[in-house]
Amino acid sequence: MGGAASQLPKEMVSEYQELTFLTKQEILLAHKRFSELQDRDSLSSRVPMEKILTMPELKSNPFRRRICHVFSTSEPNDGSLTFEDFLDLLSAFSDSATLEIKSHYAFRIFDFDDDGTLDAGDLEKLVNCLTGDTDETRLNPEEMRQLIKNILEESDIDKDGTVNLSEFQHVISRSPDFVSSFKIVL
Amino acid sequence: MQEERTEPLMDQQWSTATLRVLSSMPSRTIGRSRGAIISNYYNRTMQLRRRRQSRPSIRDFAPSSRPSIRGYGGVETDAGVDDERKWRQLVINLQNLPVSDRVQMLRCMPLSVDEKREIRYITSPYLSPFCFFFFILPNGYGGMVDYWLSLLSFLQLWQIALKKVSGRFGTGVLSYFVFLKTLLLFNFFLSIVTGFFLVLPQAIYPALSYALKFQGLELLTGGGYFTSTVMYYGYYTNSTLKKDCIWQQAISQHSNQTACHSLYYNMPLAYFFTIGFAFFITGIILVYTMSKSFGQSFRIDKSQGVLAMKVFASWDFKVSKKSSIKMQCENISTQIKELLSELALQQNTMGLLQKFGKSCVHLLAWTMCVGSTLACVLAVFYFSDYIRARVNDTANPLVKEAGLLALPVVVSTINLLLPGFFNAVAWMEEYNSPSTSNYVSIFRNLMLKVSVLGVLCYHWLGRIAHDPTSLGLQCWESFVGQELYRFLLMDFIFTMLDTFFGEFLWRLFSQKALKRKRKPVFDIARHVLELIYGQTLAWLGVLFIPVLPIVQIIKLLCMFYMKKASLMMNCQAPRKPWRACQMTTIFITLLCFPSFLGASVFVTYTMWTIKPSESCGPFRGLNSMFQSGKRWVEELEKGNPNLGWLVWAHTYLVENPFFLFVGAVIYFHTQVLDGQRKIISLLQEQIKNEGEDKKFLITKLQFIHEQKRPLSSHRIRGASEVKPEDSGTASLLLKKMTSSLPSLIFTPWTSWH
Repeated sequence: MGGAASQLPKEMVSEYQELTFLTKQEILLAHKRFSELQDRDSLSSRVPMEKILTMPELKSNPFRRRICHVFSTSEPNDGSLTFEDFLDLLSAFSDSATLEIKSHYAFRIFDFDDDGTLDAGDLEKLVNCLTGDTDETRLNPEEMRQLIKNILEESDIDKDGTVNLSEFQHVISRSPDFVSSFKIVL
Repeated sequence: MQEERTEPLMDQQWSTATLRVLSSMPSRTIGRSRGAIISNYYNRTMQLRRRRQSRPSIRDFAPSSRPSIRGYGGVETDAGVDDERKWRQLVINLQNLPVSDRVQMLRCMPLSVDEKREIRYITSPYLSPFCFFFFILPNGYGGMVDYWLSLLSFLQLWQIALKKVSGRFGTGVLSYFVFLKTLLLFNFFLSIVTGFFLVLPQAIYPALSYALKFQGLELLTGGGYFTSTVMYYGYYTNSTLKKDCIWQQAISQHSNQTACHSLYYNMPLAYFFTIGFAFFITGIILVYTMSKSFGQSFRIDKSQGVLAMKVFASWDFKVSKKSSIKMQCENISTQIKELLSELALQQNTMGLLQKFGKSCVHLLAWTMCVGSTLACVLAVFYFSDYIRARVNDTANPLVKEAGLLALPVVVSTINLLLPGFFNAVAWMEEYNSPSTSNYVSIFRNLMLKVSVLGVLCYHWLGRIAHDPTSLGLQCWESFVGQELYRFLLMDFIFTMLDTFFGEFLWRLFSQKALKRKRKPVFDIARHVLELIYGQTLAWLGVLFIPVLPIVQIIKLLCMFYMKKASLMMNCQAPRKPWRACQMTTIFITLLCFPSFLGASVFVTYTMWTIKPSESCGPFRGLNSMFQSGKRWVEELEKGNPNLGWLVWAHTYLVENPFFLFVGAVIYFHTQVLDGQRKIISLLQEQIKNEGEDKKFLITKLQFIHEQKRPLSSHRIRGASEVKPEDSGTASLLLKKMTSSLPSLIFTPWTSWH
């Protein structure tokens, strides 16, 4: 897949259809949008994170940087995406992805320090992303402490002070709205 | 609550070495490392292979999958070798699965496309002739499916519009439009069935009847010109439509053409079975959808873990507009703060006097609502009787037709004003949670609509059908059909007026005159209930107007565009939390239970007990509509005694529809149980993961102690790669885990009950 906006060959499309949860139309649309983001002159097929973040679907999302980091396969993990990383992203956020895939990637997105669990620091950053930047919506430190304590009480089953993937999936499975809200459609 | 016990573990500051040990524990690497994912999926493919009966050979069982202490040892050094082995085992397992399972398993793995491609190439490296069949056919077959899907692209027509709505307003408001789309599909199916089997044959062989002049008022009243068209029941013939015979007889009186061969179409039978079949299939689809929804959304309805769910699962990724995201942040912040304060307040118990005061207020509110509903129902009851008595007094046909519009107008006005009154009453009440107030308001609205529809059904079946001559009618079915058409139309006109006045003008007023910055809120529950009400009318009327589903389709299409335009211009998203999945389940349940059930009871009662008109319609001359089917089955049996089982089936299934309801209830219960089974399997996996962590720590401890044991003389050298506190904390962790394992088993179970 070079820089020029070319058609995707048919075998690749059917291969992507088999390996991801996307339909043929979604794959072609993704290719079109990705080619628009690509720089014509650059040699690599990676699109830097800043360009990805100009997409309207991700532009104002508070988790946009984490999403790019999670799906990026680049060595220094700078958040740049190839077309296949982009497809991975869309597949995880698509309509037909299973609850398991979605909760797996949601966990990785919320794990801000990438240590495999959600500890108090991750939870604090998560809540700050959810409540936004303005002063009136942010929680004060007392409320934050209370909130994190309650969350850990409710979801930390093995009482080790962090929420691991299974505990996270357990909470998610009780919330049937998750599947419909963890969606991004081009 | 076991608050204090957990503090020691949570507040410790771990050293870097400990953190390293912790971060390589299996439960913390599942999410991250490729090796852990491969190992996880290796286990799953093994389970799948066992289930699919292609028993794996003993060699395939890796030692560590057997839960015995003997297989432990050398965890540190063999990590890389272990990964490679697991990878190879995974490939073998995948190769032994059937193709569809393999594809599904590959898709579900949370690996990148690159890695999946690698696995795929190895598991199916070449296209043998057998594989050829599986690989090309799905592609070719997929190509066909894609082609047909793109033909059905009119369903995707609204995808862009729905995306805009969800981008700005979120999943809650989107669920209203998705519900509208679902209703559209139901009506589409219904109109195809009735159109193809009823309207088309009758239109091709038109019955002889007098034609009235078309005046404009017919579109509103449905009477006049339309009574002598395929629109109404009364037009349909009770004879068997025969090809060739009608033309021949009309043209040449003298010829002896009696050989009417080829097609013939028994209209009464077709009418009876088409309506029955349409309702049956719609019922099945509804029960199936409802049960699936129920299984998903009502797994555990205890409000345990509300805060964790709110933080982890409430961010709506579909919202993309900046102002909407800001609003979503505000909403989530408010909801979290409310939940926190509620939890804090739960410590204080309310005084007895306060509780009494609260119940008094609730009682008063309920009395007001029930009273107003009763008053409206009585008003409809007496007004309908009054109209029936007075409608024949005027000689002017135009005034007569317009007079018939009075009842629909009154009912629509009631449906418009009373929910507003209920909302006002609900302001003074205080509820424990916002979802309770939602449920209460839905229940009150539902009660109103069900009672009004009940009174109307009594009016049509009990009064008009019983005594059609009081209105001077020859064909009461067509009249009832016209009434339903008028009701449907009035409902639509009033919705239009409500959108215009309630949303557009109110926004202008509140922004210009009252100078408020907030736009009116889009009331999802009220609008969905209106949709359900309209659909009930359509189902009630299908027996009398076979083309009513087409009218309903046109109405729904107009409503979609109108509501969307009004939404974009005038409204804002609801501020209260809206649990879309649960609410959608409730709406589908309401569509199935009061709405569809009521309509099918109405239709069943009409078909089974009421005597059809003598002079019109396909069932003239019979004692009941049901008789046509029964006679046909009896004739079949006389002609061919082997078909006795058909009569038996007919008697038990068709004559006694109660049987079907029991089946529906059983299916519904199995779906709910299915949902709960999934929770149990998740918990089992959790317990298994805890076991893996324990194994890991035990082996680590063993390794550390083995390093320390023969080296008591080496301790002086100082080159200790093992810090004493590591083994100490590792054993502390292990102790913690062993003590918390029983609570792990018991806490989720008790919370579940």
